[in-house]
Amino acid sequence: MTAISPSEAKWHARLLLWLLLAPALLWLGALIVLPHVDLAILSFRERIGPRHYVASLAQYKTFFTEPLYWHVFVRTALLSVIATLLTLLIAFPIAWIIAKLARGRAGSLLFVVCLIPFWVSETVRTLGWMILLRESGVLPALLVKLGITAVPVELLYRDSTLLVGLVYSSLLFMVVPLVSSLESLDNALIEAAYDLGASGFSILRSIVIPHAAPGITAGCIIVFMLTLGNYLTPNMLGGKNSQWFTEQIYTQFITRFNWEQGAAFGFLLLVLSTGLVILGLRLSGQRFGEVMRT
Amino acid sequence: MSTPDLVADAVVKRFADHLAVDTLSFAVQRGSFFSILGPSGCGKTTLLRMIAGFIAPDSGDIAIGGNSMRGVAPNRRPVNMVFQQLALFPMMSVGENVAFGLARRGTGRAERVRRSEQMLERVGLGGASGKRVDELSGGQRQRVAIARSLVLEPTLLLLDEPLGALDLKLREHMKIELKQLQAAFGTTFVYITHDQSEALVLSDHVGVMSHGRFEQLGTPQDLYYRPQTPFVAGFVGANNRILGRAGNSQGAVVEVATADGWLVRAQRRGAISEGDAVEAFVRPEAASLGRNLAELPPGQPPHSGEVQSVLFDGANSAVLLRESVTRSEFRIALPQTGQFSDLKPQEKVVFSFDPQRAVCFPARRDGA
Repeated sequence: MTAISPSEAKWHARLLLWLLLAPALLWLGALIVLPHVDLAILSFRERIGPRHYVASLAQYKTFFTEPLYWHVFVRTALLSVIATLLTLLIAFPIAWIIAKLARGRAGSLLFVVCLIPFWVSETVRTLGWMILLRESGVLPALLVKLGITAVPVELLYRDSTLLVGLVYSSLLFMVVPLVSSLESLDNALIEAAYDLGASGFSILRSIVIPHAAPGITAGCIIVFMLTLGNYLTPNMLGGKNSQWFTEQIYTQFITRFNWEQGAAFGFLLLVLSTGLVILGLRLSGQRFGEVMRT
Repeated sequence: MSTPDLVADAVVKRFADHLAVDTLSFAVQRGSFFSILGPSGCGKTTLLRMIAGFIAPDSGDIAIGGNSMRGVAPNRRPVNMVFQQLALFPMMSVGENVAFGLARRGTGRAERVRRSEQMLERVGLGGASGKRVDELSGGQRQRVAIARSLVLEPTLLLLDEPLGALDLKLREHMKIELKQLQAAFGTTFVYITHDQSEALVLSDHVGVMSHGRFEQLGTPQDLYYRPQTPFVAGFVGANNRILGRAGNSQGAVVEVATADGWLVRAQRRGAISEGDAVEAFVRPEAASLGRNLAELPPGQPPHSGEVQSVLFDGANSAVLLRESVTRSEFRIALPQTGQFSDLKPQEKVVFSFDPQRAVCFPARRDGA
């Protein structure tokens, strides 16, 4: 047997490291970096004749000069923020029950209940909402039967319906980080605060929320990103006129075949989501590294 | 006499089929240091949590400062608690931790800062209010936890084995510090522990708890020198336990014969008649050791044994013998004179003890 020299061993270790990293790097390179580089190039050019392109900022200029585009853009951002906050409000009590109140099997069971809807494809789930909410659907019929409305009302294609769908589809992604951050909160801290004279609300404000802040922020980032980039739910529940920004991108790429404009919109969406996440982190005083550890 | 700060009246708490606290009644006088001593699972934590208000008794009543606490939530009780793991708030500075309770009472900011600084000063942590909790040592955290409670001037301070998490050296140190703090503040302390040394050193009164009841309630000296039950004799301080049957009695002293025929004599506690199963206890320091019979105090019945090991521990040194008849272990404290410093294993020795200083109880039914 020949001994391996230290330099050889070091080289082996390095090779092994690269081999282990290879799938992740390939994935990042081929599916994230390359398409984005291509999109970036696309977005900065303009077609001036068949197969004739020049570098220009025209695509971005269109976005700012055409009110429809940036109106949709702002609307998407605003509704996404509202959907994220609503999701947080609904998910927090659920996470609290799973992490603190339910014991043993009951906790796992509740978790599974939150998970079950995700076994069904998103399209089917959204179709379920349509069956419930459309004019000839279950809920409008029920409202008529109860005498609340005289005729069946169309509950689809409203902003509130859109929000319901968005919250529903992202609830789990808020519950998971919240549960893990609430589980790590020592019950003795809550009892100590209670013992020192704190009320339920001041325990929540001064102990629970500061402790769970990284989890809250992580959940909000995930849900916000998912909502902002969601295409299916706004399209199905909000209808063709729901004016979600991803629909604009789709239209440019597929309907109008204007890849340059679509690429520019894609980049604007990326900038928007990044900007809002950074703003959110600033406002809540959280650090990205800390948040991602939860 | 002033009203007691804490009165428990026939308090009962049952969990499913387990009786955690069994019709317990006691009173704690103002300004005293009261300990509840017992092995884990004896119900002492349940009792403490009922006093703090985290759980409600099934029946009976707890009064604090003369007022019944029935239906009073923990945040409304004049009681504060020092938790086992201290439960300091990691998201706050030391000063904010101490001021937390004051803030909840609506004390103004300036007053809050003044009083918490003053309290930190009193526990020897002046100038630490800006520090983070994790920058403090174990002993300092302990003091912050106490300061956080005492700043609210509670009628009663509850301490749930707060020294358990500390290492031995620090524990010894904090024991003394706790006693001095209690004397300085004059607040009534209710302390629970499974460590008999903590209870003996710190307390004015100790309740020894087992299976949800107090076996004995008294001063540390009472518990040590005049145990009333075999549990107390075995649990408080080191003791040699001898199981046997009662022989004939002479006044208060009864003869005990082990199954192997070793005869000892001890003072009778409780009703014992000839032939009853009994257990006798002899303190290691109550027995005298000698190399020959002439070295033993006159008038005491002699016994013999063989040295098994010498346990040198400075002032607490002892020798472990095997008694000749039963081959059972018998522990004797070594005198400070250094007279037996050259004792070797396997050496034959004699020993004796004053029957008046040994106690004999009817054996417990469970044989524990």
